[in-house]
Formats: sequence, structure tokens, C-alpha cells
Amino acid sequence: MIVELGHLALVLAFALAVVQSIVPIWGTFSGDRRLMATADTSSLGILFFVTLSFGALMWSYAVSDFSVVNVWQNSHSQMPFLFKLTGTWGNHEGSMLLWVFILALFAAAVSLFGSALPPSLRANVQGVQAWLLATFLLFILLTSNPFARQEAALEGQDLNPILQDIGLAIHPPMLYLGYVGFSITFAFAIAALIDGKIDSAWARWVRPWTFIAWTFLTAGISMGSYWAYYELGWGGWWFWDPVENASFLPWLSGTALLHSALVMEKRDALKIWTVLLAILTFSLSLLGTFLVRSGVLTSVHTFASDPTRGLFILAILSAFVGGALFLFILRSSRLEAGGLFAPVSREGALVFNNLILSAAAATVLIGTLYPVVYEAFTDAKISVGAPFFNLTFGLVMIPLLIAVPFGPLLAWKRGDLLGISQRLMFAFLAAILVIILTGAFTQKGQWLAPLGVGLAVWLMVGSFAEVIQRAGLRKATLAVASRRLAGLPRSVWATALAHCGIGVTLLGIVCVTAFETETITVLKPAESVVVGEFSLRHEGYASRTADNYSERSARISIFKSGEIVAVGTPSKRFFPARQMPTSEASIHTFGFSQLYLALGDVEGDGNVTLRIWWKPMILLIWLGTVIMVIAGVISLSDRRLRIGAPARRKSKGKAASHA
Amino acid sequence: MNRRTNRLMWIAVVGCVMALAIGLSMYALRSGISFAMSPSELKAASVEPGQRIRLFGLVEQGSVKKGEGLNVKFTLTDPEEAVVVEFNKILPDLFREGQGIITEGSLAADGVFRADTVLAKHDENYMPADMAEKLKQQGVWKGEEGAGK
Repeated sequence: MIVELGHLALVLAFALAVVQSIVPIWGTFSGDRRLMATADTSSLGILFFVTLSFGALMWSYAVSDFSVVNVWQNSHSQMPFLFKLTGTWGNHEGSMLLWVFILALFAAAVSLFGSALPPSLRANVQGVQAWLLATFLLFILLTSNPFARQEAALEGQDLNPILQDIGLAIHPPMLYLGYVGFSITFAFAIAALIDGKIDSAWARWVRPWTFIAWTFLTAGISMGSYWAYYELGWGGWWFWDPVENASFLPWLSGTALLHSALVMEKRDALKIWTVLLAILTFSLSLLGTFLVRSGVLTSVHTFASDPTRGLFILAILSAFVGGALFLFILRSSRLEAGGLFAPVSREGALVFNNLILSAAAATVLIGTLYPVVYEAFTDAKISVGAPFFNLTFGLVMIPLLIAVPFGPLLAWKRGDLLGISQRLMFAFLAAILVIILTGAFTQKGQWLAPLGVGLAVWLMVGSFAEVIQRAGLRKATLAVASRRLAGLPRSVWATALAHCGIGVTLLGIVCVTAFETETITVLKPAESVVVGEFSLRHEGYASRTADNYSERSARISIFKSGEIVAVGTPSKRFFPARQMPTSEASIHTFGFSQLYLALGDVEGDGNVTLRIWWKPMILLIWLGTVIMVIAGVISLSDRRLRIGAPARRKSKGKAASHA
Repeated sequence: MNRRTNRLMWIAVVGCVMALAIGLSMYALRSGISFAMSPSELKAASVEPGQRIRLFGLVEQGSVKKGEGLNVKFTLTDPEEAVVVEFNKILPDLFREGQGIITEGSLAADGVFRADTVLAKHDENYMPADMAEKLKQQGVWKGEEGAGK
């Protein structure tokens, strides 16, 4: 009964979404305020019904109702309760429902928090968001119904063992909040194009939404990377897998959007480009959805593919992207050019940021889509691997990373490069010092690693130059300086932290790439192996049985300078329901570095192959992203960046006073 | 600087950077790609030694031979042709005889395929679609058909 109610709720949500697709926008054309205001109610109604539907599916997972095909295929009565719940979105149908739930969440958030927006803009935004909602609800109802029934089965086919992890509880919801969250900036762009009013106030309203989506996307990608690192047992943290790229592309263009919207808000420039970026960012999200669910590309993430679904999403993708770009071309000529600026200026720096991020996104996009295009033309199958991305993306990003500390210090309109260079001298000296120190410790001929470390330090230290300058730390007394620090706008702190976070992540990437060691060895019980400053001894095997799997592990004592510092239990699990084995790596943290043990097959004579990695500074990769997420939260808490931003006229005066 | 020259300057800069990025990508694509082939296609194609290839096929029953340490040799078949593959790392969890897998590496002069990566998955997601199709027609496909759809 609850399952049927869930299905019914989905149909009702679709009906409401169709109404909301038409009525509010009709209201803006006829100037009828009551029609526009219906969106505030209907978007809450859609959220209510989608939540009901999502709850119904979750309920059938919680009680292991194997008469529902989707539950039967992806759950097992013996699974821990948390994994039963998270299994709801560990499959195509359920994750599409999560997708739509987040679309509805953002539409409702505009109703609840967007009261300061002009009524016509708000109505149009909600109308466009409803187009997306209606389309994707139709997609679910026609091709991916999660509520399909069958004759009740006794036992489910189990959730893919790799997904039976806390990572599934966090990674997809975070990622979707970011990925799908960019739908709202898309809706703002389309609404503004319909409205014909695109000015600095629009940028001010869009920016907090962009921040929300960007912050969640950053957290989601980072979480996914850490999950892959500890779960897959390969010790890798980024594979340039097509699906990873699909989430990374919106991140790159979303980051560009954050920066260009700043120029638009403060200086009324880059309007055409910012609107285009808002459209492109969500288009890349849609492209990613298409790639994951159509089976066009092979990847560790792909869901079981179905051609009709692929075609349906391709149609959605073409309609929304094509329509948006068409509207953009129609309207963009009416936009007036904004303020002039010299190449060396804050605007110039932000344009440079956008230029490089777009170029970087272009290289990732080329590498991701090249196999599809190549196969279409030559019928030969190829794959584009990590070397391609490391070379192109890495090289393109370097100029931007060097330029980051300069940006926030430059004045609007015309900046003083020489004066700023002097203020960045201390960061430069710190970088040089670190390059020399690292160079002394690395082998001859390895000049890339010290330079990379130096670049990371330059970023980490240089990012705080604006904070130091604004607080007058060099001349003021400690008391005055600390009072000034506390009084700094939060956005200044956020900028410094976000840029510093990039540096921290870069430091982790450089260290682990340059200095990681891998040891593969065959060990019998009581035998030892030396890895760097550690000595590892095989202490024997242990077995245990859990509810839905059996496990065999090796006990490995880890010694450092003669003393035992940790005991590792890398293991193999076997899940009988899917006849599928998995590896559980044993990971030990020393400072920011980790020792990573993964088990191979246990031979008949008691030998086991053991793969041991030393991952120096690897935790910095994720620590840097945590700092970026904190920066995102701080900027959202800045009172100048509230979602319910002040009205158009007032905000212009404010923007001028801060410029 | 007037508005017109300003705009022209930016267009020139944007054009140059995008051209550089695309040029760099094209250059990197010449060496950064690897072709995916079945054993028959590998035999038919003229492959230079050292060129990176993704070789996919079924692990032949009874062909897995463990050597010294981690060294392992097995035969990949499609099933008309067969290629011996040598691998020196830990095999993935799902590696089994009769299983469809993908290996990555290059063909050595002695005709043995030296793989540095072996990927295995329990269904056709890790198999190019028409390869799975071909195997199904020949009746050698051991996947759980229809499961997980």
C-alpha cells in the first residue's frame, strides 16, 4: 500500500510540476501577481509529494519488501540497517529519485528564502525549475519506475558489496546537492534571459546559490575520492574516470562562475559571460548524468545501461542545453557592455581565472568525450588514460595557481603589480626556501617535486597576504591588529581560506605523487618485510563471519624503530548473495601520512601476497578540500551574501560602497 | 584604451589560450590513448612493440599459471584467437578463470602481452558492449544475464 502511495505521490508531483511550468511564467507575461505567487505554494507541494515518494521507497528498503523489484535487486534482509536505508539511492531508479528530490528542494528553497527577489524573477526561476522537475519526473515515471512490483521473493539479491559502506550514506547526497544544485543557477540565468533584466543585482542574487552548490559539490567530490581510496583497495585517490570527470567539469565551471559573478556584481561587467557560465555549468551536470546512465562510456560508476534511458536523457540534454543557448543568443545582444578595466586589475585577474578554468575544463572534456567521438568515426575503441589528463590539465592549471595570490590584492579597474609583488615577497621567499630544502632531500634530476612543493607553499602563504595587509599586521600593535582581524569582512577570510585550501590539496598531491612507495611482497606467517622506516611482521590469519559476508584477514604487526606502533588486519570478504569478493584495506595514519596495506590471495601453503604503500602527506589532499568547504560556509554566513539579499535599488548602493 | 581595442585585445587573449589548450590536448592525445582490442583484433592488427593497448577477453579455463613471487601467466581468448598475458602485481578480487576481463599493457617482441593493469568486474559493464554480444552469440558468456537491470 505504501509503495503504491509512493508511486501516486510521484504522479501528483509531476502534475503539480506541469502546472508550475506554465502558470507562474504566464503570470509574468500577463503581469498577474496572483498567478506568479502560485509557484510559492506549488513548489512546496512538489517537495511534499517527492519527499513522500522518496520516503515510501526508503520505507520499503527499511522493511526489506522484496515484492518491489528495485528493493529485491539491491537489498538483502541480513544487511545492517544503515546500508538498507542508503541502498535506496545505490541504484539507478533510487538515485534518480534523489536527483529529483534535490531539484524539488532547491525550488522550495527559492519559495521560502527568496522573498527579497523581484516577483517576476522569482516566478520565472520557479517556472524554469519546474520544467526540469516535470521532465525528470516524467523520465522516472516512464523509464525508471522504482515502485514496480513483482511476486514477492524470499530473499533479495544484495547490494553491491562495494556500496555497503558509510561512504554511500554521504557521497551521493552531497554530490547531488552540488551537481543538481547548479540547476538553480541555470534557472536564474534562463529566468533573467526571459525577463530581459540582467544587471549587478542579478549577480548578487545568484552568488549565494552558486556558493551553496559549489560547497556541496566540493565536499561531495572530495568524499567520493576518499571513499574510492580506502574502499577499492588500489590505493588511488583519483582515476580520471569518465564519471569522476563528469562531476569535476561542473566544479571547474562552477568555480569560474563564482569568480565571474563577483565581477558582475561589483563592476557590472562580464554579464554575457556570467550568464553563459551559469547555463554551461548545469549543462555539464546534465552531460554527466547522461554519461553515467547511458552506458556510452565504460566506467566503474556506470549503472546497468538501458538504451531507452540513454536516448531519453540525451533528448533532455539537447532540449535544455539547446533551448538555453538559443535563448541566450537571442537575448545576449541586448546586454550592454559594463565598465572598462585595464588588463592588470582585479577584473583582469578574475577574467584570467575564468580563462584558465575554461581551458582546463575544455581539456578534461576533450579527454572524456574523445573515445565516444573516435568510436563513432572509426569504429575502433580507445581509452584516454591518466597520462593525458595529468599532462594537459596539469600544464594548463599552473599559470592560474601561480597567479592566485595576486588576485585579491589587485585594485579594481587598474592594479599596481609592482606594489603587490612587494607585498607578496614574503610568500615568494618562503616558496624559494622550501624549494631549496625539498631539493636537498630529493634525488638529483627530480626537479618537478621541489617546484611543486614550492608552488603549494606559495599558494598557502600568499593567500593570506590580503588578510595581513588589511589588518596592518606589520605596523600595528598586536591588540589593534587582532581587533582589525576580527573586524574583517567574512568574504576576505573565505577567499584566503579557499585559496589556501587549494595550496594544501596541491601539497598533498605533489608529495604523494613524488614520494609514495609501493612494495609488493609474498609473506608467510612469522616472516617480516621492511618498508621505509617500518618493519611489518605477518602474525597469522583470522576468520570471522558477519551477517551477510564471511571474512578472512591477516594480522600484520607494524614496527617502527623496534617498537610496535600498530596492528593491521587487511582482509578479504566474500558476499555469498552476489558471489562476490571484496578487499578491505588496512590503513594506518602517521601525522598526515598513511601506511596502506592490501591483501592478495592466500595460497594453500600459507603464503599471502601483500601490497604495501607508503602515502606521504596524502591526508592533505582531503584536508585542503575541507578547508575549501569551510571557506564556502564562511562566505555564505557573510551578511552581504544572504540568500534573501536586499532589493535591487538598495543593493546597488551597497555594491558601490564596497567596490 | 578605448572600448574597441580593449575588446579586441581580450578576444585575442582568449583565442590564444583556448588554441593552446586544444593544441596541447591534441598533442597529448597522440600518445595518451590506448586502443581496446580482442585477441583476434590484436593478431590481425600490426602493433608496434611498446604501444599501449587494452586487451579484453575471457580468461581461458585452466590457463592460469603462477610463477615466481607474484608473477602470473594466463591466456586470454575471444575465443577464436588466444594471447598469453603476463602480469606481476596482485590480481583483482574478481579475477577468475572463465571470467571476462580487461588488461592494459603492451605486446612484447616474444608475442607475450605484458600487462600492468588487470580490471575485472562481475558483469558486462566492464566489457565493451559488442564484445559481450559476440560472446553471448557464441554461448560462452558466463555473466548473470538480466541481473541488476
